[in-house]
Amino acid sequence: MFNYLLRRLITVIPILLGISIISFAIMQAAPGNPAVMTMDPTISAEARARQLEALGLNDPIPVQYVKWLSGVVRGDFGLSYTQRRPVMEMILERLPNTLLLMLVATILAMLVSIPIGIYQARKRGSALDYGATVFSFAGLAMPNFWLAMMLIMLLSVQMGWFPVGGVSTLGADFSILDRLHHLILPALVLATSDMAALTRYTRSSMIDVLNQDYIRTARAKGLVERTVVYRHGLRNGLIPIVTIFALMLPTMIGGSVIVETIFSWPGIGRMFISAVFERDYPVIMAITMIAAVLTVIGNLIADICYALLDPRIEY
Amino acid sequence: MTSKDSVIVDQPFVAQDQLGSHRPLWRITLTKFWQNRLAVIGLVLLSIIIISALLAPWIAPHDPNWQNLRMRLQPPSAEFWLGTDHLGRDIFSRLLFAGRVSLFVGFSAMLGAITIGTTLGAIAGYYGGRVDAFIMRTVDVVISFPSIFLLITLVAIFQPSIDKLILSFALLSWTGTARLVRGEFLTLKQREYVLAARTLGMSNMSIIFRQILPNAMGPIIVAATLAVGGFILAESALSFLGLGVQPPTASWGNMLTNAQSLNVFRNAWWYPTFPGLMIFITVLSFNFVGDGLRDALDPKVLER
Repeated sequence: MFNYLLRRLITVIPILLGISIISFAIMQAAPGNPAVMTMDPTISAEARARQLEALGLNDPIPVQYVKWLSGVVRGDFGLSYTQRRPVMEMILERLPNTLLLMLVATILAMLVSIPIGIYQARKRGSALDYGATVFSFAGLAMPNFWLAMMLIMLLSVQMGWFPVGGVSTLGADFSILDRLHHLILPALVLATSDMAALTRYTRSSMIDVLNQDYIRTARAKGLVERTVVYRHGLRNGLIPIVTIFALMLPTMIGGSVIVETIFSWPGIGRMFISAVFERDYPVIMAITMIAAVLTVIGNLIADICYALLDPRIEY
Repeated sequence: MTSKDSVIVDQPFVAQDQLGSHRPLWRITLTKFWQNRLAVIGLVLLSIIIISALLAPWIAPHDPNWQNLRMRLQPPSAEFWLGTDHLGRDIFSRLLFAGRVSLFVGFSAMLGAITIGTTLGAIAGYYGGRVDAFIMRTVDVVISFPSIFLLITLVAIFQPSIDKLILSFALLSWTGTARLVRGEFLTLKQREYVLAARTLGMSNMSIIFRQILPNAMGPIIVAATLAVGGFILAESALSFLGLGVQPPTASWGNMLTNAQSLNVFRNAWWYPTFPGLMIFITVLSFNFVGDGLRDALDPKVLER
């Protein structure tokens, strides 16, 4: 087991290196050097050369890469081109908002999907099973930005039930209720596709489990249906679902780009979009790398959970 | 599919078919597909959407780019079936023409991704060893890419255009197919007919592409169908952000970019509603058809 974990951890290194090389290469291939473009055009050629030298832009590309990477490993992503501030500092300001949104969305997805999926597995072929199946199809096909627009149009603008965007009411004192009020719609939109996927996984996983012999044994010895399903069935049924949670991490980060943009949510997803439009390369690269690390961690957790939870798997 | 015979030999369930008669696999698949209500609904909707997109120049009541500023944000009416947008353009006509763009991006990206994925997966699975290890490690790296971030970066840096969009989609999305096809090849290459082909002195290339690949087509077709929907979804999101298909060319996604304003939300519900509905119905239909195909091709799922 320990060996497996170690081996699995080691595979992460080449993956992250590969990602860092590719994103660095893309930035190098980008037409026009934004660092040069932001310089004062009236300065003398020597001053310009000195600035280039100071920024390390005269170094050969591999040297630039190694310098950049060694900074990244220490959490130093350089200075933002537009704000002239350390990128890491800017990200740390925004990251909590994104994490909060993702956490609430995950909880929402879990609370909705798992009970529905279990119910579907127990009452297969019922009207509710059919309805929930159609619903999860819909959730997976729904463009999240459109869902966001529809919710804002109907519930925020026309009904006035929810704020149009932002984390809290401007000028108001901090209150948890106000925060939650702002959180509900963005979290719901962010959770939709995962909710749909999770419902389907829970359903099929529970169907597999409930068809097994040990469940028939449990029923045969006269256990109450509730105990059979929740005590005996759920334990095994949840194994694949736990791994799905870890795999939700990357889709959530991706989804946050759109959701944060529409709901004016000040997280790293929205920061990424504005950095892209401003061609703020250090910020773009930093967020891409962070998203990559989270993706890899998500996959890693999924594998480890699988190994820990299912004793049938040998390594 | 060309080599039906080997398919049948590979599928023992044919002999145990409930009717007891020998029916060709494609007919069983077809029967099972037609019995799946959602799949048939999806297929019908898709046919309507694709045909009307193809016939757009003949069906559209108005020029999709014709601006009539006196007719801004008009509600649906006999003249403008689905209303007009903020520049007084006819939404129904724009939806038809946008459908061509969105479907074209979806299908082209799918062809690209499936071709790359199938080729690399087939080679990895067939040859095994170092080639396999190299290809699969590449897959591990590409699959861990936060693809939406990379897509946005790529498209933004190199100026968004339809062909760049398709290329970036294909280059970032072939990994799932590669894993799938590799898996198929790992089992299929052990079959007798492959041994027979080798004994007959066939080249590796023709064994891969003419003997094994036709037998792996089922899962590939399913993946391809689902991929088109996925790409249409991704294209619409990027275009919505202004990083995909660029105006004045209409795509379902970029039609929504300007629908995002308080004025529209308050007074013109039709403007943001219909383009999104088109994306939703199209993707949903692809998913219905894809799932229907998967069930129809799966020997474990019996006819109902």
